[in-house]
Amino acid sequence: MKIGFYPGCSMKGGAREYQESVTALAKVFDIELVEIPDWNCCGATAAHNINKELALSLPARILAIAEREGMTEIVVPCAACYSRLTVTQHELNEDKSLCSKISSNIGMEYNGSTQVLNIIQFIQKYIADRLEEKVVKPFSYNVACYYGCLLVRPHNILKFDRVEDPQTMDELVRRAGGNAIDWAFKTECCGAGMSVSRTDTVARLSGNIMKDASDRKAEVVVVACPMCHSNLDMRRPEINKFLKEEITMPVLYISQVLGLAVGIDPKKLGLQRHMTAVNLPEKPAPAEPPLAAPKKVLTTQQTEA
Amino acid sequence: MKTASLSSEVHDETGVLAIKCYQCGKCSAGCPVVDEMDYTPSMVMRMLQTGDDTEAGKLLRSMSIWLCVTCEMCVTRCPMEIDIPKMMDFLRQKSLSENKTHHKARKIIAFHKSFLDSINFTGRLYEMGLIVDYKMRTGDMMQDVTIAPKMFFKGKLNPIPELIRGRKKMSEIFNKTKKKKEGLK
Repeated sequence: MKIGFYPGCSMKGGAREYQESVTALAKVFDIELVEIPDWNCCGATAAHNINKELALSLPARILAIAEREGMTEIVVPCAACYSRLTVTQHELNEDKSLCSKISSNIGMEYNGSTQVLNIIQFIQKYIADRLEEKVVKPFSYNVACYYGCLLVRPHNILKFDRVEDPQTMDELVRRAGGNAIDWAFKTECCGAGMSVSRTDTVARLSGNIMKDASDRKAEVVVVACPMCHSNLDMRRPEINKFLKEEITMPVLYISQVLGLAVGIDPKKLGLQRHMTAVNLPEKPAPAEPPLAAPKKVLTTQQTEA
Repeated sequence: MKTASLSSEVHDETGVLAIKCYQCGKCSAGCPVVDEMDYTPSMVMRMLQTGDDTEAGKLLRSMSIWLCVTCEMCVTRCPMEIDIPKMMDFLRQKSLSENKTHHKARKIIAFHKSFLDSINFTGRLYEMGLIVDYKMRTGDMMQDVTIAPKMFFKGKLNPIPELIRGRKKMSEIFNKTKKKKEGLK
């Protein structure tokens, strides 16, 4: 199976391991990710802060190329890019005159027919059903699933998962054999694009996130956004300085967690590229070889019914 | 005749009706950067409601509009679903075009400008170029110098920018959106 793919800039640089792991995971499930040809940057925070029209035109060009290529669906693993693309689609859909203005800006036809999937939606739709049967090394750790802002907000546009206590990533982690913990900072902001211009703010916000995960005995934080990842991982020295304690907990992408569970080589998943070293303790092997979990787990309510 | 108030301009440009706010304060309670703001999000709403020119001037010169990280928490929790982040985008753009930006917002704006310049030239973000450009703008040469080598060895910093074929198209988009923005006001 083939599906359109928008990596976004960070996956070509600072978040290379995210692309490596998403591609490797897709391959295990016989899915080929086809990059949108000649894609450009979505404009990120900078564009919508400074120039509204530019902030709509840049994603529109990406979507228009995908349409021209006949891509009915595209996977956008970066939560920030996913947000920009989806918001643009929404705004252009709501306002036809704005839509024709943006079309003329990019010099291309734009219909808004391509569906944009974030990484969780992609996994849910094409991988989740076959996940459990492929798990060879259950990811048996306490996992804090961190969703951040742009995967779930603004809800009226994205319409994805619950806003305050989302569950989709937790569910995937459970299917991979992990223990998704209940914690308070699932959708708190990490400081986002202020990593360079207001590093102290990022250290405080990301520090509070890491502190809660650590206090609740998480062994690893799982993310689905390169920006969240770089703030929680690369800014760890600043975070630890702010917290006045040493948190060494690694931050992994959801694609890396699932990839490890289905037995992909850690190197292929880019685990060595994280700034905070990934030293997960070897868990004692389960008494019996891990069997594929039952397809459907009946809850008490269901049994009674 | 009185010139159009800031709140009516906000309404025209973003659809946000400031009058809908009844000051419950949920936006300020959930805002991750409220501690660092000069006016909290709910205060910003109140200042717009007064329709006062001095208040409007204070808003455009405020640090709050630049500190907002557009995390969308406020609009998510707002009982009246007021799109504060969209309004903040508009206020930032107005503050910039009227040259009223807060002096402490200099670094934040420098970063945005360096970012956009980078994608204007290459089509995709060139991180190394962005950082050098940002350092030139801010004069802060020492920032993050210790991280860069480690990032490089982990394969996280591309020495060569990725150039897209449609670079001419990108410049056209940048030019078109620029012209219209200035012609608007």
